[in-house]
Amino acid sequence: MDVEILARIQFAFTIAFHYIYPPLSIGLGVNMVIMEGLYLKTGKPIYEQMARFFTRIFALIFGIGVATGIVMEFEFGTNWATYSKYVGDVFGSALAAEGIFAFALESGFLGVLLFGWNRVSPKVHFFSTVMVTLGSMFSAIWIVVANSWQQTPAGYHVVGTGLNARAEITDFWEMVFNPSSVERMLHVWLGAFLSGAFLVISISAYYLLKKRHVEFAKKSFTIGLVVALIASYAQLFSGHEAATVVSEYQPAKLAAMEGHFDSSAKADMYLFGYIDKKNEQTHGLAIPGGLSFLTHFDFKAPVTGLKSFKPEDRPQALNIVFQSYHIMITCGMLMIALTTVGVILLRRKKLFEKRWLMMVFAWSVFLPQIANQVGWYTAETGRQPWVVYGLLRTSDALSQAVKANQVLFSLLLFMFVYLFLFTLFVFLLNRKIQHGPGFHHDNDESEGHSPHLEEMAENFG
Amino acid sequence: MYTFLGIDYASWWFLVIGATFTGYAILDGFDLGAGAIHLFLNKEESRRLALNAIGPVWDGNEVWLVIGGGALFAGFPKVYAAAFSAFYIPFMLFLTALIFRAISIEFRSKEPWTWWRNWWDVSYCVSSIVVTLTLGLTLGNILKGLPIDEQGNYQGTTLDFLNPFSLMVSITTLSLFMMHGAIYLVMKTENRLYAKLTIIVKNTTIFFVLCILLLSFYTLLYIPHLSHRIKLNPWLFFVPVAMVLVMANITRSISKRKYRFAFISSAIIISLLLIIVAVELYPNLMLSSLDPRYNLTVQNAASSPKSLGIMLTVAAIGVPLVAIYTTFVFWTFKGKVKLDEMSY
Repeated sequence: MDVEILARIQFAFTIAFHYIYPPLSIGLGVNMVIMEGLYLKTGKPIYEQMARFFTRIFALIFGIGVATGIVMEFEFGTNWATYSKYVGDVFGSALAAEGIFAFALESGFLGVLLFGWNRVSPKVHFFSTVMVTLGSMFSAIWIVVANSWQQTPAGYHVVGTGLNARAEITDFWEMVFNPSSVERMLHVWLGAFLSGAFLVISISAYYLLKKRHVEFAKKSFTIGLVVALIASYAQLFSGHEAATVVSEYQPAKLAAMEGHFDSSAKADMYLFGYIDKKNEQTHGLAIPGGLSFLTHFDFKAPVTGLKSFKPEDRPQALNIVFQSYHIMITCGMLMIALTTVGVILLRRKKLFEKRWLMMVFAWSVFLPQIANQVGWYTAETGRQPWVVYGLLRTSDALSQAVKANQVLFSLLLFMFVYLFLFTLFVFLLNRKIQHGPGFHHDNDESEGHSPHLEEMAENFG
Repeated sequence: MYTFLGIDYASWWFLVIGATFTGYAILDGFDLGAGAIHLFLNKEESRRLALNAIGPVWDGNEVWLVIGGGALFAGFPKVYAAAFSAFYIPFMLFLTALIFRAISIEFRSKEPWTWWRNWWDVSYCVSSIVVTLTLGLTLGNILKGLPIDEQGNYQGTTLDFLNPFSLMVSITTLSLFMMHGAIYLVMKTENRLYAKLTIIVKNTTIFFVLCILLLSFYTLLYIPHLSHRIKLNPWLFFVPVAMVLVMANITRSISKRKYRFAFISSAIIISLLLIIVAVELYPNLMLSSLDPRYNLTVQNAASSPKSLGIMLTVAAIGVPLVAIYTTFVFWTFKGKVKLDEMSY
């Protein structure tokens, strides 16, 4: 295999693995802020217990998120040197801002969040929880801004030609608020809230199924459910906004998302189907003119199709774009349905008795994860063959000095390490869940008892 | 030319990056060093105390690497692209070690089993050493110069990195961080662990002094371009002289049990060493061993003045904020380590 395909697989693999964790951190952070806020307001120990329990889960997730995130920052330089030179002037300021405003904030206060329970007052601790959550949300801003700039470049001009060409910034705010960044930012945040909320829901549902920590589980389930309900409905609108931006600025991507080939005809919206790339046709169950309606509010309005683009300017992996997009929509709809049913039954006080539903909720944690992953596959494979839309092709973005065997070596290395990491993550997450929300569980079996610890144990019972 | 206080933007950004990497070396230096000497501590409680001494701060310390990398990407994209693609294999090992280090700290306390904890102790120690050695190796090769062509593409092989000078820089970095980490741990512990650590401080200090002497002589003899500027400007001799004095102060402070002074002294040593690096490199960022015309310099590798101006504004607002809450976090966890129910 050549360097390009290996480097692309490597980037896709490392970023997809990384992206399991940051959305969970953001979403769980939001839930923890609510829990700890309720504790400060009501003073009820159950909310403190909740905040502490989910903080322990958070620590596990955050640690892996940071470790796999640093890999991404290095990979731009190691594997995509030409790309780095091309975008550095524009994109670098976003990355630097991320480091200094966001990452430093979250990592700085993380210490207080994890270890500060007995060292600072509850209010200062709450403040730290808020700062860590805000930090992780700010982090997302700068990353999404940078990625959106690649989708819809703005606020720049190109200097030089050939291998020495690069984009230089002309207007910082125009770069930050490029045509797609706000819509995509909201979409990413909501996706993150959903992954955190469904993790809380799933763990709580599991406890309810096992009849463990019942009071705790009911309360945390409710918090997660409310967050998920709001976020899943909001996602419907934000998704529509994001798609509208795509239709305006990246018509080739939109055409690939719905498998629309004809240059100037009404476009259908598929519920499911597949693309026959060879004959340039799409088969499946479709709402005629659905896409036309969504983009122009007119079932007959023409939508630009793939045939309007030269073959070398079309996304190659059409079925990946198409299927990812439709899986995302399906997951989104399922989340809306689930949270709606959940809230209705909660109001009728029948929710927690329905065992089959609890079973569904226990597994529901995968829905936002799948949606987040395939959503990004749609965005990124749909942007191909460009790494910076319309400006720089992916095949030109590679490191000139790097050889295929080096990329293969590092790819295998990361696969091995990440497989190991993921196994450990699942194992430890499961242990934490099995252990439940009791106090000081981490160390009470260890030999390192200090008098201080025993005193603490007595105080907290 | 865009300038501020008579210095052009690109040189300001050079200073910002220098300061960031110095901050990184001082901060992550002590927890990497603590990791490197971890296996010298035998008892479970000692190891837990040592881990919890860095527990609340190591992640924040590592941020300085991310900021430094981002700052390099933003300010000197050509250097970022050239260096990162050149150091491909060493950086991949570095990243793997960084991942293992993070999860060793995080996962060790999660299970009480002896084999589990021993495994993570070894993994923590080895990964801390590998991280430090690869950092040192990178610095050594940057100082020595790399075979980069006109486009900034690396023309050598991975094995070329393992030259005597770079290996010496690498070992010296390890010895420096070990000393720095040991002093930090002495500052944070008491009783028997403290007594044990004072011995480790003494040994690591001797190790560092030997390494730095050897490295200095080798540099003076074989790598003349690294002492060029000091020879031309004799007043710069105060830097090495200051280093000797501060070094002497470390031993003095420890024998007087003034650990904070000892720690500040070792932080100053790190800063002075990096000041020498900056003084000798400037205005170059990467030296080409093929042709000096291919050198990547502060001028020819910089982003546009517009971009640098934005980033300098970002840094001017951001750095004081980071300094404030970093101080707050360190202040929250000041004093000797105590284990409690949230500890590792």
